[in-house]
Amino acid sequence: MKLKLKIWKQKDARSRGSFVTYDLDGVSPEMSFIEMLTYLNETLIAQGGEPVTFEHDCHEGICGSCGMYVNGYPHGPVKGLTTCLLSMRYFKDGETITIEPWRAKPFPVIKDLMVDRTAFDRIQQAGGFISVAVGAAPEANSIPVRKHNSDLAFDASVCIGCGACVAACKNASAMLFVSAKVSQYALLPQGRPEAKERVQAMIAEMDKQGFGNCSNTGACEAQCPKQIKLFNIARLNREYYRSY
Amino acid sequence: MITLDSKIPEGPLQDKWTHYKENARLVSPANKKKLEIIVVGTGISGAPAASALGELGYNVKVFCYQDTPRRAHSVAAQGGINAAKNYKNDGDSVYQLFYDVIKGGDFRAREANVYRIAEVSNQVIDHFTAIGVPFAREYGGTLTTRSFGGVQVSRTFYSRGQTGQQVLLGAYSSLTRQIKEGTVTMYPRREMLDIVVIDGKARGIITRNLLTGEIERHSAHAVVLATGGYGTIYYLSTLAVNSNASAAWSAYKRGAAFANPSFVQIHPSSVPQMNEFQSKLTLMSESLRNDGRVWVPKNKGDKRPANEIPEEDRDYYLERRYPAFGNLVPRDVASRAAKERCDAGYGVGPTGLAVNLDFRDAIKKQGKKAIEEKYGNLFDMYKDITGIDSYTEPMRIYPAGHYTMGGLWVSYELMTTIPGLFAVGESNFSDHGANRLGASSLMQGAGDGYFILPYTIGNYLASEIKTPKIKTDLPEFHEAETRSAEKINKLLSVGGKQTPTTFHKKLGKIMWDHCGMARNEEGLTEALGMIRELREEFWKDLLVPGKADELNQELEKAGRVADFLELGELMVTDALNRRESCGAHFREESQTPDHEALRNDDEYAYVAVWEYNEDGPPALHKEELKFEFVELKQRSYK
Repeated sequence: MKLKLKIWKQKDARSRGSFVTYDLDGVSPEMSFIEMLTYLNETLIAQGGEPVTFEHDCHEGICGSCGMYVNGYPHGPVKGLTTCLLSMRYFKDGETITIEPWRAKPFPVIKDLMVDRTAFDRIQQAGGFISVAVGAAPEANSIPVRKHNSDLAFDASVCIGCGACVAACKNASAMLFVSAKVSQYALLPQGRPEAKERVQAMIAEMDKQGFGNCSNTGACEAQCPKQIKLFNIARLNREYYRSY
Repeated sequence: MITLDSKIPEGPLQDKWTHYKENARLVSPANKKKLEIIVVGTGISGAPAASALGELGYNVKVFCYQDTPRRAHSVAAQGGINAAKNYKNDGDSVYQLFYDVIKGGDFRAREANVYRIAEVSNQVIDHFTAIGVPFAREYGGTLTTRSFGGVQVSRTFYSRGQTGQQVLLGAYSSLTRQIKEGTVTMYPRREMLDIVVIDGKARGIITRNLLTGEIERHSAHAVVLATGGYGTIYYLSTLAVNSNASAAWSAYKRGAAFANPSFVQIHPSSVPQMNEFQSKLTLMSESLRNDGRVWVPKNKGDKRPANEIPEEDRDYYLERRYPAFGNLVPRDVASRAAKERCDAGYGVGPTGLAVNLDFRDAIKKQGKKAIEEKYGNLFDMYKDITGIDSYTEPMRIYPAGHYTMGGLWVSYELMTTIPGLFAVGESNFSDHGANRLGASSLMQGAGDGYFILPYTIGNYLASEIKTPKIKTDLPEFHEAETRSAEKINKLLSVGGKQTPTTFHKKLGKIMWDHCGMARNEEGLTEALGMIRELREEFWKDLLVPGKADELNQELEKAGRVADFLELGELMVTDALNRRESCGAHFREESQTPDHEALRNDDEYAYVAVWEYNEDGPPALHKEELKFEFVELKQRSYK
């Protein structure tokens, strides 16, 4: 396959960026999107050019490192996939593909397609944990959990922290991310003792980091590579109201 | 010259760890505050170690190359985590778990270490459950388990097919709590380049800030490496592409001995290689073999689609060869059996380097929904990558480099041969012998970090309470920093034509062909020469664009490949030395008449421990393995 790649290049957070167009020949439909970009870089380096900076690590959709807009969609146009699992067979020979970094104020660009997502860590630090120290845990089966709740908690806990929800949202809201963590713990008896403080602290930190509010468009759910559901945001709101 | 003192406590197996804990020296809370500990790596041993030490009140500094600790590759572990809870009432016990791991490792691990990890396994499950890890449950609300390879009980706790993610995120959440408390300081996007040894003790590390390129000095009273394995040496492996050996390798070059470097687990079920651009062999969890049946056509060159091959033309070779364990034989056995069938010409798929993993019968019996519940995400991932729907036709799988049982040599206290330098999780060699059983890596990593290291490091630090804060302007820091900077400049100044990735691929092929699933004298000897040649070529023809003092991903790769080019030689040297087959290490010269690994306990019941020598070949030391509590047997899964 032959592709025209329009890729956002930006030296650092302070510099202005712009699109650079690359022609790339010899792309195989069996490549993943990340492999295609690696192939582009190998080609650029061999020609004495500068490679494109982007992040990727596990190549199996679980570490959350990769993430970029592909033709305007976070992680690309195919539902339920991270960029590393997006296969080139979804693209056509001769196609122009536009590739950009996450665009959200709380995720400043570091270089090219790489952004700073540490705001998520700071939200997690505010309360995304259960305060049980090593050694203090009771016997595991002494805490029965309704299977239904446990399954829902699991569904929320599969978030990989990639930031696609923020990138998809016109308000750059982190509500889906925060609601996933809050829901996981809210649904489990182990998480109840700190539920009130947790939801308040995480929401306060989310606001402090500059993420926007939710206006229920559902773009986050549509673009989440782990398909985390919008009703977690409803649960987050409920937890928040209950906490006062 | 190093001396190996494994420091195994006296007494009966069951009492060793209790005795150790009772006699371990303690550090008072006031003194803990004054002591600093560096932890490198935030996977399922590093994050638990750092959070546990932070909770105890030490000053902890944690480093990872990722942007956030939550992305360490433990996140990708799929199948589960073992514990001897015996919730299924099926005859499990701490002793049974210990025995399975010792036997699974083909009697090349230390009894005392293995017993201890089995002993703490239950606490690990209690802790993860308490901090909100959503393990799979029964309708009654209790935890459920499933079976894994190499054992006859059901002791694997799991969260669908992404257990690693769930336990890692649990460990990460505790780590963030300590970061908030201020006991832990997090240094993300740092690559460890060197270890600083002062008066024979580990006192700090040199790191490169991956965003700015700045070389930094960090000091502490003790250093813990939790840097994982080196399976990416094969280029194509199940690991994250940035996983690397550099931290452990730099420790080796400063005097930490390396044990059993050739012991690499080749996982039997990964998505096969499909093209030359492929960067990764994605794992398909071993848990799939609970319900999936492995087969190839009975007739050579049968090119019919899998579903059109009738029952009588299928060879369920694992069930045929190993009736007692069937599809649930350990990984090394399953991998070799797949290779044997493919080498003999029975492989499937376009390359012939694949076997079928078929769920037809399980779906017929349990229904699609039950299978979806257990493995849904794996089936999805397989479809994303290959386009094949495994609910209607078999998966195609092939072995891939996965886990390294070898690693830094550690004593019972998890301390390397450099005093004050500890190694936990996959980065050490201690618990899995020559082959790791499924779902034992999360158990070992978390057990080391949460429940073992906090005692053993305390025992060491008790004699450091009078040592003031280590200054980073000492000459040893200067030397180590200079060495690191020189290596970077050397990488950047070669000015050749080939990228780091090109060299990595070449090295990977040498290692896979000659030091992979099957090894022999001739191939290994040849590989030694090839690696040396490739290393020379690397330093003559490497091309790294960009500069040292900036974000430079190619430079990161180059540094890692440079270390792999040295480590590869040590792996081959170790494989050459061990003229026996054991576990994953299969020397073709040493096999039973029916092609199983044949051990030679008289000559090789030892840990091969290698000491770096700047001027010549590494020195071999042997830690004899004494089996006081189990009888050495030829492993049989028939």
